[in-house]
Amino acid sequence: MTLLPNFIFWLILVGGIGFFVRNINKLKRNIKLGKTVSVEGPSKERWANMARIALGQSKMVRRPISGLLHVVVYIGFVVINIEVLEIVIDGLFGTHRIFSSIGPLYGFLIGVFEVFALLVFVAVVVFWLRRNVLRIKRFMSSEMKGWPKQDGNLILYFEIVLMALFIIMNATDVQFQEMSSGNVISQFVAPWFEGFPLHAIERTAWWLHIVGILVFLNYLYYSKHLHILLAFPNTYFGGLTPKGQMDNLESVTNEVKLMMDPDADPFAVPDDSTEEPEKFGASDVFDLNRIQLLNAYTCTECGRCTSECPANNTGKKLSPRKIMMDTRDRLQEVGQNIDSNKGTFKPDGKQLLGDYITNEELWACTSCNACVEACPISINPLSIILDMRRYLVMEQSAAPTELNTMMSNIENNGAPWPYNQMDRLNWNKE
Amino acid sequence: MSEQLKVPTMAELHAQGIAPEVLFWVGCAGSFDDRAKKITKALVKILHKANVKFAVLGTEESCTGDPAKRAGNEFLFQMQAVTNIEVMNAYEIKKIVTACPHCFNTIKNEYPSLGGTYEVVHHTQFLKSLLDEGRLSIEGGQFKGKRITFHDPCYLGRANNVYEAPRELIKKLDAELVEMKNCRKKGLCCGAGGAQMFKDAEPGDKEINIERTEQAMEVKPHIIAAGCPFCNTMMTDGVKNKAEGQIEVMDVAELIANAEDL
Repeated sequence: MTLLPNFIFWLILVGGIGFFVRNINKLKRNIKLGKTVSVEGPSKERWANMARIALGQSKMVRRPISGLLHVVVYIGFVVINIEVLEIVIDGLFGTHRIFSSIGPLYGFLIGVFEVFALLVFVAVVVFWLRRNVLRIKRFMSSEMKGWPKQDGNLILYFEIVLMALFIIMNATDVQFQEMSSGNVISQFVAPWFEGFPLHAIERTAWWLHIVGILVFLNYLYYSKHLHILLAFPNTYFGGLTPKGQMDNLESVTNEVKLMMDPDADPFAVPDDSTEEPEKFGASDVFDLNRIQLLNAYTCTECGRCTSECPANNTGKKLSPRKIMMDTRDRLQEVGQNIDSNKGTFKPDGKQLLGDYITNEELWACTSCNACVEACPISINPLSIILDMRRYLVMEQSAAPTELNTMMSNIENNGAPWPYNQMDRLNWNKE
Repeated sequence: MSEQLKVPTMAELHAQGIAPEVLFWVGCAGSFDDRAKKITKALVKILHKANVKFAVLGTEESCTGDPAKRAGNEFLFQMQAVTNIEVMNAYEIKKIVTACPHCFNTIKNEYPSLGGTYEVVHHTQFLKSLLDEGRLSIEGGQFKGKRITFHDPCYLGRANNVYEAPRELIKKLDAELVEMKNCRKKGLCCGAGGAQMFKDAEPGDKEINIERTEQAMEVKPHIIAAGCPFCNTMMTDGVKNKAEGQIEVMDVAELIANAEDL
C-alpha cells in the first residue's frame, strides 16, 4: 500500500519526461527540414559566446530593469531546480527530504532556495504588471494579440504558482519547520496554516509542485518559452562574422563563374541534368537553413528587436519579432502536417511568403542590423528577410519598380543611377 | 569652377610602374552625387596634404553591388564583385580606403570569399591612422567650441564595430562632441540602407530620416557629422524639413578639410 505513491510518482515522472522527449524529437526533426549550413569559425569562440551571452546573460542587462528581473528569475530557476532533484529522489524511493541528513548545509541551501523563490515571485509579479498594467509598448504590438499575449501570461502564472507551492510545501512541513534552519521565508508563512491539516497540505503542495514542473516542462514545446533551453545552442550557433557581412550564395557563385569563364561551352548540357536546379532564396521554411529555424524556435517574443527597428518605429508593417514568430508558426504547421500524414509533408497550398510574411514587410527593412544587435540571444531576423527578398527578386522578379530601375542601372552603367561609367572621374573636372 | 585636383588613376600609375600605397575607392555616390562629390574632393585634399600616394580606379571602378545584394539580387551583386575583383587583382591592390561605409563593408567582408582579399579601411580610420603616424595634423579652426553630433552609419558602426575613429577625429577639432540618445551600437538608421535609398519608403506614419533628425535636434548641435554619403543625403533632407538653416550636415572629411582651410 505504501508503495502506491512511489509507483504513481514513477508513472508521472516517466510519462512527463517521455512526452517531453517525444516533442523534443519532433522539434529536432522540424529543424532538420531546413538546409544544412556550414558552421565556420573557432568553436572556442562559440563556447565563449554561449557562456557570456546565454549563461552570463550579458546582453539581457543592457536594459537594466527587465534585465535584472530576468537575471533573478533565471538564477532562481536554475538554483531551485537543485531542490527538484531531492523531490525526485524522495518521490521515487519514498524518502522524505533525503538530503537533510547532510547537516547544516542543507538548511543553508533551502534558505537560499526560499529567498530566490520569493525574489522570483516578486520579479514575475512585476513582469505581469509590465505586460498587463503598465502595458509597455513592445508587448502591445499587433503580433502580440491573442495567443501570444495569453501565452506570455500563462508562463508567468505557472511560475507564480510553482514558487508559491514551494514555499507552502516548506511552510506546512512540521519536521522542517522544527529544524528551524533554512525556513527563512516559510517561517512567516507557516502561521497562516495553523489549525489546518498540515500533513495533507504539505503532501498536496509537494505533489502539485512536481506535477506542475512536469506540466511546465511539457508546456515549453507549445509555447514561446523554449528559450530557456534553446538559448544555449542558439548563442553557440550565433554569427561570428561582422554583422554587415551577408553570405554569398554558393549556387550563384557557380553560375557566375561559369558565365565569366571564357573556356566554358555555352551549349554544354549539364552532366546531372536530372537534378533540379537549386532554388534561389526562400519562400518557405524548407528553404531556410537550420540555424534560421533554430532561431525561430528560440525566440521568446520579448520584442527588443522590434522596439529598435527603425521601420517599425516609424509605423511600417515590418516587425522583426513577427518575422521570427511567423517562421516558427509556419514550421509548426508543417510539422503537424507531417505528423498527420504518416511522416511525409503533404503540400497544403501555403507557404511562409504571402501566407505569413507579406512583401510589404520585407521591403520595409533597411538592413541596419538594429534587430540583430538588440536580440539578447543571438537571433538574426535580418538573414531571413534577406533570403526572402532573394526569392522575390531572383525567382519572381518581384522587386518594387524603383529597385528594378536601380538594378538595371547597375547592370548597364555600373552605378545605381543612370550615369555613364565613362563619366566616373568627372567629379574632378567640375 | 575650382582648380582641378590632381587625382592619379591606377592605369596611369601602373603604366609608370608605380604602386600607390592605397587605392581610394570613390564609390558611386562619391562619383556622381553632387553632395557626395564634395566629400570626395575634401578627402582628396587631405590625402594630398598628408602626402599620401594614392590612386583611383576612375572609369574602371564599378558599383560594388551592395544595393543589389541587399535588395536580394545576388546574381547582380556577384557579377559586380567578380568584375571589380578582377580589376583590382590585376593592379595587385593591397590596401583600399573609401568614404562610403557600404563599399567599405562589401569589399571588406563580402569580396574575400569571391577571390578579393584586401585591407579595407573607412576614411575616418585612415585619417585617424595618418594622425597617429604624425602625417596629418588637425586643428580646430572654425569648429572650435561648436557642438557636433556624430551620426553612426549602420554599415560602419553596428555592421563593422567602428565607433571611435570618427569621434576621435571630431574631438581633435576642439569641438564639443555631443551624443544623441541613440548612438554607437544603438545608433538609429538614417533610412537609406538595404537599398531603401533607391525607393520610396513603405507606408508608415513617419520617415526614418525625420525621426533621426529629431533625435539630433534634441541635443542642439551646430553640425551633424556623418561618415556616409547616403546618411549625409538623408540627414540633409531631414534638416531641410525640420531645422533649415540651423544645423549643417557635414562629412568628417569635410570638417577636417575645412578646419585646415584646404
